[in-house]
Amino acid sequence: MSVRPNSTSPVLFKKVLFGFAFSPNLENNLHEVFRVCRFLDAELTLLHVGGCTEKKKAALSTLLDQIPDAQVVSEVLWKEGDPFQTIYDQCDILNIDLLMIGAQRHEGLFRFYIGSVARKLTRRVNCSVLLLTNASRERVACKHVVVNGVLSDYTAEAINAAFFVGQRLGARQLTIVEEIAPNKVQVAVDDDRSLVKSLRKKHQLELREDERVRSIVSAVPESYKEGLSFRTQPIFGKRGYSIGHYAEISRADLLVLNAEKHTSIFKRIITRDIEFILSDLPCELLIIRPKKERNA
Amino acid sequence: MPKTSFIGSLHKNVFAGFVVSLIALPLGLSLAIASGMPPSAGIVSAIVGGVVVALFGGSHVTIAGPGYSLVVVILTAITTLAGEDYYQGYLLTLSAIVLAGVIMFVLGLLRMGGLAAFFPSSAIEGMMAAIGLSLIAKQFHVMLGVDASKKGALELLAEIPAQVADFIALASQDSGVLITGSLGLISLFILFFNSSIRNSFYQRIPAPMWVLLIAIALSYYYEFAGFENPIPKTALISLPNTIEELVVFPDFNFTWPIVSVALTIAFVGSIESLLSIKAVDKLDVFRRRSNASKDLRALGLATSVSGLFGGLNVVTVISRSSVSVTQGATNRSSNFFHGAFLVLFVLVFSQTLNRIPLSALAAILVYTGYKLAHPLKFVSAYKIGFEQLLIFCVTLIATLSTNIVLGVLVGALSTLVSHFIITRDPLLFFLNVFKPNVLAFKEPEEDTYFVSVKHSCTFLNFYKLQKKLDAIGYTKKVVLDFSLCRFVDHTAMEGVESYVHYYEKKGGLVEVVGLDTLGATSTHPFAVRKVGQNPLSRVLTRRQKQLGEMAQEYGWSFSAGAQQLTASLGSFVFFAARSLNKSYNKLVDAEQRRVIFDVEYSEGEFIAKEDVKCTVMSLQLNGEIPAFTLSREGLLERLYALAGYQDIQVPNHKEFNKRFHLSGPNEEKILRLFNDQLVLFLESNAVYHIEACENRLLVFKNERLLSPSEIKAMAYFGRELVSLIECSFTS
Repeated sequence: MSVRPNSTSPVLFKKVLFGFAFSPNLENNLHEVFRVCRFLDAELTLLHVGGCTEKKKAALSTLLDQIPDAQVVSEVLWKEGDPFQTIYDQCDILNIDLLMIGAQRHEGLFRFYIGSVARKLTRRVNCSVLLLTNASRERVACKHVVVNGVLSDYTAEAINAAFFVGQRLGARQLTIVEEIAPNKVQVAVDDDRSLVKSLRKKHQLELREDERVRSIVSAVPESYKEGLSFRTQPIFGKRGYSIGHYAEISRADLLVLNAEKHTSIFKRIITRDIEFILSDLPCELLIIRPKKERNA
Repeated sequence: MPKTSFIGSLHKNVFAGFVVSLIALPLGLSLAIASGMPPSAGIVSAIVGGVVVALFGGSHVTIAGPGYSLVVVILTAITTLAGEDYYQGYLLTLSAIVLAGVIMFVLGLLRMGGLAAFFPSSAIEGMMAAIGLSLIAKQFHVMLGVDASKKGALELLAEIPAQVADFIALASQDSGVLITGSLGLISLFILFFNSSIRNSFYQRIPAPMWVLLIAIALSYYYEFAGFENPIPKTALISLPNTIEELVVFPDFNFTWPIVSVALTIAFVGSIESLLSIKAVDKLDVFRRRSNASKDLRALGLATSVSGLFGGLNVVTVISRSSVSVTQGATNRSSNFFHGAFLVLFVLVFSQTLNRIPLSALAAILVYTGYKLAHPLKFVSAYKIGFEQLLIFCVTLIATLSTNIVLGVLVGALSTLVSHFIITRDPLLFFLNVFKPNVLAFKEPEEDTYFVSVKHSCTFLNFYKLQKKLDAIGYTKKVVLDFSLCRFVDHTAMEGVESYVHYYEKKGGLVEVVGLDTLGATSTHPFAVRKVGQNPLSRVLTRRQKQLGEMAQEYGWSFSAGAQQLTASLGSFVFFAARSLNKSYNKLVDAEQRRVIFDVEYSEGEFIAKEDVKCTVMSLQLNGEIPAFTLSREGLLERLYALAGYQDIQVPNHKEFNKRFHLSGPNEEKILRLFNDQLVLFLESNAVYHIEACENRLLVFKNERLLSPSEIKAMAYFGRELVSLIECSFTS
């Protein structure tokens, strides 16, 4: 239907793995995965955990035949074993840059349901993860990308990737969200005097954050920025959650977050940023976790 | 009102303090006696409250002193903590008061100034009514001067007819009972009809003081006329004669019963104070915001000090504070002077005070109880919704039959259950209760703060919204969006309403959007609202009412309900990719050329389907113009770009080209349309997205619902736009 918007910029994700199960959503997911890989210039590996039967093979090839262009280099792997461990290991073995997982939508109870395996992978796997919620046969244009700009591990990488993916998917608008946590303001608003104090402090923080984000953006290759207008938006809310809320309000199509290094058990218990987002997924979610951590 | 210096306003505060002390004296005496303490305990509490809270408090015009909410708790503590030894019980209760002060101080340190927001307002109302009824129960027979045989509040209430019969029987034989009871009834009569006596001299003195004056005058009359006072000594108050008697020291012996009394005092005292502080802030002429946490610390300190001197606990009291404000108080010094005048009264008139009969004091409390449990409270709870009346009654009965803390908890629980039943969706609460559901940010390039609330807004999570609204500052403009909410409860509706007032008073503005599609359970403005309750138009929200007023003002027509969508909307490219669901809140101008309405549409398909609510304006032109789209973010323009149209650059308008994306099929005609005047107009206004199609224009701002003031601005923009485009096109 549409051409790839731009393919001159350097490729960020070379190898993509899509772990799939035979769900009713598989057809849409495959269309989406192939389309994204085409836009990103990436090699695709399809992985099914759960044994290979003739029936399954036939079903998959029927689906693959429907996909309009086979520009994307792809192979299909059939493995057996524990789904989490197998996918986790394959990411390492195949030197995967990006793992794609489909999220299912359940009306009523949760808006999107993310299986326990997917949830575990999102947290632990040693590469970036893209959670698909919007998968469809026909292309739904990606217009607005929201990325987290909070000073944290891999923030620069996340912003860089957001520009790359946004531009490749043909988005026009990129918003870098700086979540200003109440505890950073360090002034509790009790009365008028403390309000003035806290507003002043917030303004300082906003300026400082803006400065920092701009320096990150200036390091992003120019070719990634072509055709994308970006702005920064400070928001006040619970860290890691409010960005999802913001993405929902501003009708973002893709939310890019940075993963966090899990340094200690304590932090792992406390840090629930990604859990919050997963429990209320507003749109497609890309979690950036650079590969270098694996080698380290 | 201009601010004056401390010295300049001193005389006003001294006077206000004096008037308040006239009320505090009788109230302090009666509260102390009703609590089972020596009468001086109430005075000590008022003096300490006045001095300590004035020095260390964080509020501005509040008055602190003994409160009515804990009378029954303290009375029960004194009569049960040490069995039959009431004096020992008194000393133990004092230690509980000291401990309660420490707890309140700690609550203040933990910044629990927003504690009161955690409780559903109907449950709080029910608790207050229960306190009122128990005051009547415990004091009615004292007012009549007869004995009561029962103990429990409910039993005592049931016994009131018997007490009246007792009084009538005894009064015909004993003139002492007759005089005592009549004094009580006359006092009650004065309090009831105080406001209808329109005499400026009479109104100078507060009603409770009249009660005391009449009682004292009667006693002097008997003395000077040479009669023996028919009221027996036991029915008069007795202040301690010596300093040694006055100063008692608490017996520190912290066992669980004492600690639990202390916890109750701290809990109820804090809630009573915090509610009063909030209410008094609304009265403050200078519109200052109280530091509730700091005030809580000061109240805790005052409570401890008062307990050490044998006094009652100290709370912020609403009625005395409002009297202080109406008498012209401008700062905390009025609180200080109210304490100082009380010291003076006790020093000068201590012997005269001994002439006051208990029945007159009891009348003051019976009247207070009546006001707290006024029958209209039931009616107003019912008006908000039947479920609120149930919550109110459940809390009332639970409080009367158990204790205050348990009663409020039962009230909170029943509120939660009522939410489950109304929404039929308990998971909505269980799954989202710990999620931070409020987002606030300043909209780009505008001076508006946008606050969005998700899932539900109830007493459980209202404090999160409260924090955000507090932190923005009351002078700003806020659009509060509930369109992602599925349920908003009465406590939240009431809370939002008070923020609307706070902001209004300080020159800011809170405009609520997104409630229009939530149905209400009753016609009351604070009724519970939830998704899919009633037809849209039945109960109008504040926003809808304001839109209706705006329509009247401009001669437009307004209809709130859901409407048939006009087919012409579908011809706009913007709606071509979106499926329209419904439209509502339609404003049409007199010439039927400008139509503004809220529209709900879905983006995406099937699993990615997302419902969006947005306010749009459709404009009718006199002639056909070339199709174009204009927007800032390339939001519309991309749709055309897909069809192969490129950005159009308007010559000689660099700034315009940078800020706007303009596109359309016929570049030549479009450029002819965009003359200098139109470009300048668009540049100098807030950015709207505009799409033209044949002889119609579609205009919208952000993809969200707009507040009434934003809609007004949009209507004006539409008028100017139409005239400029028509002018440009015809020329």
